[in-house]
Parts: sequence; C-alpha cells; structure tokens
Amino acid sequence: MANLNPGGASGAQPTLRADHQARQFDLAKQSLRDLNLYLHKQAAQSGVKRVRVDNPDGAHSVACGLDGELDVQIHGHVGYYVAGMNKHASVTVHGNAGPGAAENMMSGRVHIRGFASTAAGASAHGGLLVIDGDASLRCGISLKGGDIVVGGSVGSFSAFMAQAGRIVICGDAEDALGDSLYEAVIYVRGKVRSLGADARFEPMEGSDRDAVAKLLSAAGFKHDPSEFKRIASARSLYHWHADADQEY
Amino acid sequence: MCGIVGLLVKKPHLREQLGLLMVPMLTGMTERGPDSAGLAVYTTPVSDLQHKLSLYRGAHAVNWSQLLAQLSNDVSGEHQVLVNGNHAVLTSTANPDDLVEWLGVQVPLVAVLSIGQSIDLYKDVGAPAEIAERYRFKNLRGSHLVGHTRMATESAVTPAHAHPFTAGRDFCLVHNGSLSNPHLVRKKLEPLGIEFETDNDTEAACRFFEWRLREGDDLKAAVQRGFSELDGFFTFLMGTDQELLIVRDAFACKPAIVAESDDYVAIASEFRSLAHLPDIAHASLFEPKPEEIYSWRI
Repeated sequence: MANLNPGGASGAQPTLRADHQARQFDLAKQSLRDLNLYLHKQAAQSGVKRVRVDNPDGAHSVACGLDGELDVQIHGHVGYYVAGMNKHASVTVHGNAGPGAAENMMSGRVHIRGFASTAAGASAHGGLLVIDGDASLRCGISLKGGDIVVGGSVGSFSAFMAQAGRIVICGDAEDALGDSLYEAVIYVRGKVRSLGADARFEPMEGSDRDAVAKLLSAAGFKHDPSEFKRIASARSLYHWHADADQEY
Repeated sequence: MCGIVGLLVKKPHLREQLGLLMVPMLTGMTERGPDSAGLAVYTTPVSDLQHKLSLYRGAHAVNWSQLLAQLSNDVSGEHQVLVNGNHAVLTSTANPDDLVEWLGVQVPLVAVLSIGQSIDLYKDVGAPAEIAERYRFKNLRGSHLVGHTRMATESAVTPAHAHPFTAGRDFCLVHNGSLSNPHLVRKKLEPLGIEFETDNDTEAACRFFEWRLREGDDLKAAVQRGFSELDGFFTFLMGTDQELLIVRDAFACKPAIVAESDDYVAIASEFRSLAHLPDIAHASLFEPKPEEIYSWRI
C-alpha cells in the first residue's frame, strides 16, 4: 500500500489505479482530528476507497461519524467510540476496542478482531457489528435495528432494552441477558447465566436458523445454526399491570 | 471521572525504571483527571527498626533541617528527612504514632500522607504532567506503584482530597467512581475509634478495608466483604508492601484494562496509558471482570 501523505492528496481523478485509492495514516505522527476530517471529507472527494490507520494506541473516536463507502483498516487497539455513528463504511480494528464500539451505527460494517469493552453496538440502528473475541457488559444495549455477532461471550446486561435488530452470541452470556427486551431477538450458542426481566427462551423456527446462518456467514464464523437458542421478549412489560408486584 | 494506573515490575532490574515507565501512564490519564494527581510508590523497605512518613507542607514554609534538629532533641531515635519539593520523607527509628503526635503539635499544617516501611506517597493539585515533573516521578524506584489522576465530582479539589488515600501502614487505595453510602460507612467506623481526615467518599472505602485488614482479613477477604458494605460505582486499585490488587463493581461502570508480561503487570483505566510500555504488543491484555478480585504479589 502506498504510504502517501493524506494532507497532500490530489483531488479526485476520473480513473484511479488501485494504489491511488489507498491512503495510510500514522496516528503516532498525525492527529486524530486530521484523520477523521480526512475520512469525512477529503477521502470521498479524492476517490480514495481504502485507508489504513497505524498506531491508534487507544485513541478515542477513531473513524467516528463516517458517511461514505470507505474501507478503514485500523491496526492496533482503540479507545472509546471507535466507528461510532458509522454509515456506509466498513471499519476493521485489528486489535481490541474500548467502550461504545460502533455506538449508534446507522449502516455499514464494523469488525473488531480482538475483544470489545462495554456497550459495544449500543443503540445501533443498522449495519453489522462483528466482534471476534468477547464483548463486555451491556453489549447491544438499546439496540435499535442493527445486527451484532459476537464470536466469544458477552457480559451482563447485554441487549438491555434492545428494541430491534439481532444479536448472535457464539459463546456464553452472563447475567440478565435481554432485560426488558422489546422486539430485538437474541441467539445464543452457549450457556446463559441468567435471563433479564421479561426475556424468555423461545423455539427456534426455520426462519431463525436461516437468520443465524446468514449472520454467521456475514461475520465469518462457522457454527451450526441449530446449536443456537432464541431469546425474545415475553412482552409482559409492554402494558401496565395494576396488580403486579410493584416492589423493586 | 478519574484515571487510575498501577504498575508492578517482576524483574529486579526494572525497579530502577519504575518511575520512568510510569510517568507516561499517569500523564496518559490527564483527560480523565486533570485537576489533581498522586501516587504511592513501594520502595525497598527500610530496616525492621525504622518507619517512613511521607509529609506534605503545601504552600507553608517549613525549615526541614531545623525541624529535624528539634525532633532529635524531643524524640529519641535516629531521624532523617529527604525533601522532594513540598513533600518530604521522614525516616525514623521512633514509634510512628509518637512522630505523628509530635508533628501535629510542632507543625500542624504539615500533613502526614502515609506511614509504613515501604510506601512513599506524593499527591497534589494540578495537571498530572506538572505534578510528575514537580516531584521528578521519573526518578522513582521501587517494586510497584499505585497512581491516580482526579476529576473531582463529589468533594473539593485540594491536596487532601487527591488520591491515593492511605490508612494504617503501607496500605493505599485509589478510586475511579463514586460511592453512594460513604457516610453510612463512616458512621460505622467512627465509633470504633477510626478517624477521618476528609469528607471524601474514597477515604471511607480506604479506612473500611484497612479496618478489615487489622481485624485479620487478608486483602481479598476485605474486598469480598466490601461488596456488601460499599455501595456505588468503583474501580479500586490498592497497594500493600507485598501486593497490588484491582477490583471493579458488579456493573463494571468504570473502565480498567490490565497488561501482563513476563516483566510487568500494568493497569490503567484505558489502553492509551499502556501503549508506550516495552513489548506491549506481546503482553496479555484483559479487562477485569465485575466483582472479580485480581491481585499480584511482588
């Protein structure tokens, strides 16, 4: 890949050779603001399709707020909110991610090759978040339509109040999985330490197995979809029950 | 919000570089804690007959050599003072309780930050980089340390409210988070004769754990008991002369990451404080699980 100075990138040209479509950023030498500004504006203007980022060293908000069909490859560990609010872009982290990875993603794809900290994929409206390793607590909290596939296990309170979308967990889940779920659906392959309020196991239908197979395939994991269990809302919290036990 | 850092070196030759390795860890947490910073460093212990007291004079003028002469006159024993900025470490063969009492009468505005045979403690208000420079943290040597950068949320920004907090001998604690029942803890401890120096929530946790240590719990047992007594959000990092320990609350609200290699165990709120460490690419990285106690001995 050509190691070109993005600051000196020439404008868009009618035809670009493959190596003209790639840029490289080194966050040890270049600022995060320059990187994100480049990804937001200049990349699209200059027709660049691929951006490699080195030495993120735990920086926050790397490749945040993208809104174009870019392929961003980040080599190293990132901090809070990597690829937050992502739209259209594909962002891969060859390392671990801090809290709030792909938070509020709208579309596109975010792939964490290592583990993800708390609240991965929180409030994501669309797109696919893939985590090869484990995800910490509150993975997919308040999910609003995105899909999340976790190769490892998830921490407690994952999918809390998730409204729409799907979460596929290839490993285990800790406590209170799917607490106060709305219409999001969870598929778990391993053990669930405990379900949250109003979450329940439901039979896997053919459509569930198809959905899991497609998500696993998109995420690059090889598991038999029939090994997964479905968890969805019992919908008993949807309406106020005056007779219910109101003690908390 | 606050930042925590901890470092324990496993190879004796790395003890010379403890401060040098740590300074970028501490300054890396500046955004999480820009108003104050501090650290406890565990050095080679003094002799069995001696204790060390870390003293803080703040902006008050203290003539240390004069004070030392007066101390030698009033309290029997051998005494030495090593001055570092407005901090000083008093090493003495006298009973530390007698020293604290004497200091309280002679120089009531000088604070005793720590007492022990291994611990030296520095804390002050200001940006972490300024404080690291002020006390030449890069020159610190020792087996392990516990550091903190503070963004005050529940009590005043003063040197006394900065972390680490200490209690008893060679014990310290730093905290990222906030406790919701520090006053209840305090009400429980004060009738036992335990005195508090500030209104800070972290001090309550520090004194609670130290009380349990004196009652015979080991540090893990004390922390286990803390789960039912201390309510709130916390990542606690604690040090004794032998041990470094980290624990997070049941909701893991406050971040923490550990890097362990053959050479060191390094702990920080975020990876950006660990990125500079030697051979970090081959260290094993993990986030402590909620309510799981992780500890390392020197």
